[in-house]
Amino acid sequence: MKKLFKNLPIHIILIITSILSIFPFIWLISTSLKGNSENIFAYPPTIIPTDFTLANYTGVWDKVNFIGYFVNSMIVAGGTVLLNLILSSMAGYPLARMEFKGKKITFFAILATIMIPFQAIMLPVYLITLKLHLVDSVNNFAGYVGLIMPFAVSAFGIFLMRQAFLGIPKEMEEAAIVDGCNVFQIFTKVLLPMVKPSLAVLAIFTFIGSWGEFLWPSIVLTKDAMYTLPVGVNNLQGMFSSNWRFIAAGSILSTIPIIIFFLCMQKYFISGENEGAVKG
Amino acid sequence: MFKYYGKYAPYLFLMPALIVLVIFFFIPFFQTFALSFMDYSNSIYHAQFAGFENYTKLFHSPIFYKVLLNTFIYLIVAVPILAIVPLFLAVLLNRQIRGVTLYKILIYLPVIVSIVVAAIAFKWLYADEGILNFIVTTLGLSKIGWLTDPNWALYSVIIVTIWKGIGYYMMIYLAALMSVPKELYEACEIDGAGFFRKHLTVTIPHIMPTIALVTTISAISAMKVFAEIYVMTKGGPLNSSKTIVYYIYERAFENLDLGFASAMAVVLLVIVLALSLVNILFFEKNRYQI
Repeated sequence: MKKLFKNLPIHIILIITSILSIFPFIWLISTSLKGNSENIFAYPPTIIPTDFTLANYTGVWDKVNFIGYFVNSMIVAGGTVLLNLILSSMAGYPLARMEFKGKKITFFAILATIMIPFQAIMLPVYLITLKLHLVDSVNNFAGYVGLIMPFAVSAFGIFLMRQAFLGIPKEMEEAAIVDGCNVFQIFTKVLLPMVKPSLAVLAIFTFIGSWGEFLWPSIVLTKDAMYTLPVGVNNLQGMFSSNWRFIAAGSILSTIPIIIFFLCMQKYFISGENEGAVKG
Repeated sequence: MFKYYGKYAPYLFLMPALIVLVIFFFIPFFQTFALSFMDYSNSIYHAQFAGFENYTKLFHSPIFYKVLLNTFIYLIVAVPILAIVPLFLAVLLNRQIRGVTLYKILIYLPVIVSIVVAAIAFKWLYADEGILNFIVTTLGLSKIGWLTDPNWALYSVIIVTIWKGIGYYMMIYLAALMSVPKELYEACEIDGAGFFRKHLTVTIPHIMPTIALVTTISAISAMKVFAEIYVMTKGGPLNSSKTIVYYIYERAFENLDLGFASAMAVVLLVIVLALSLVNILFFEKNRYQI
């Protein structure tokens, strides 16, 4: 009890910060649950709806293809994660464990990409994607590939995996060689299983990044059926212009999957053990 | 250890990643410069060489300077707040208190939610008849045009960026704080140092590299803001909230002037490269040792 009292100022600051962090969502949820007979601009504002209803959710669900957006987001985020895991670990392996000609220059070339913001090179990326016919106007599959490829690998991922491979004792490879493994077997059967924690960190941060990506899909996508969740949600504003009940309900609906993902994976985000996962 | 791998194995392993990087990073990087010397204003399929024309146009455009100024304001407002407030919160959370995990989850929540949803949520708070104006008028002040008044729009958008970044940088600081030896704090307490004294003399010097890192990361991400502006203001009113990336987007995909947009992209590239170089040369030398 005494300790609680001593920590009281800290708790007050943290409670205020927590409320500020979630209030915009609380207010959005509150609006989304208010029925048509309740003025959403009422002065003073009410947090608890007096005309409680789920009609805005069913209404927006019927008019907007949320399942489609969700599936698109899953395909894009899933594909991006998978490619990042494969390409980053493959590239990280020789950079950590092998000697070869051009290692240094490869290393610095990859390092240099950290400094190039996607936003500065997105116009040529767009032209190249068009030239490769990786857009949804060709077909849906090409559309997905076009959404994924510019983010299929990152210097951040390669360095994260290289760091992980560096931490494995050399004896592991030596033992595998004695057992008659070739280089691919060493990579897949011996080394990869040992870097699972880093793969998990890479997967989770890539997933969050890809799931929330807005700029690139809003540039390349042309068909509503191909929209990912962020693009679809932004589109709600145009669809329902000033129907804030629907916009609010749609925004909240779109957020549910990532909140569930976050709560399941929270130890990776808030344990403080993800120091290596700092993204530039 | 003898070389157990073939001569070509390293290249084979590197190849898939390098192909992607070449197609989607290196070629576009050089092409950005090339595009900035081309004129696309007639058709995006038939570019003509334009020399420095795009740059001349850019440097004579009042909007360009407005955009640079807005981006600069973004930096000087957002970066100090994002470097200091999360550190303060991390210090408060770096102890065994009741509910510490819940606090972390709640403060981190804005980070994982899509920026589009965050921007929509704030747009609703900022509505003319919205809850923020209710608070403002209750305090006896006159209503604020959060997103409609040119004097306010940029700051209203910056608030969203800050709100969404706090939890992210707080976690970076928390990870760094774990490495500060506990004995130092104990020594401080024996000397009778208070909260501020203790953290000024122990915490801050110890995590200086992390503070520098957070400063650079937040500065670079402030240079890249787009979604907040796209969703909330479209750069308006009167260009008052237009920043570099939004301007590039607008010129390229609404005005279809790829050459001009690329000249702007080169400016962005130069600024970000400068910021990154400062970071790598001074603060992160040890992170990327070969």
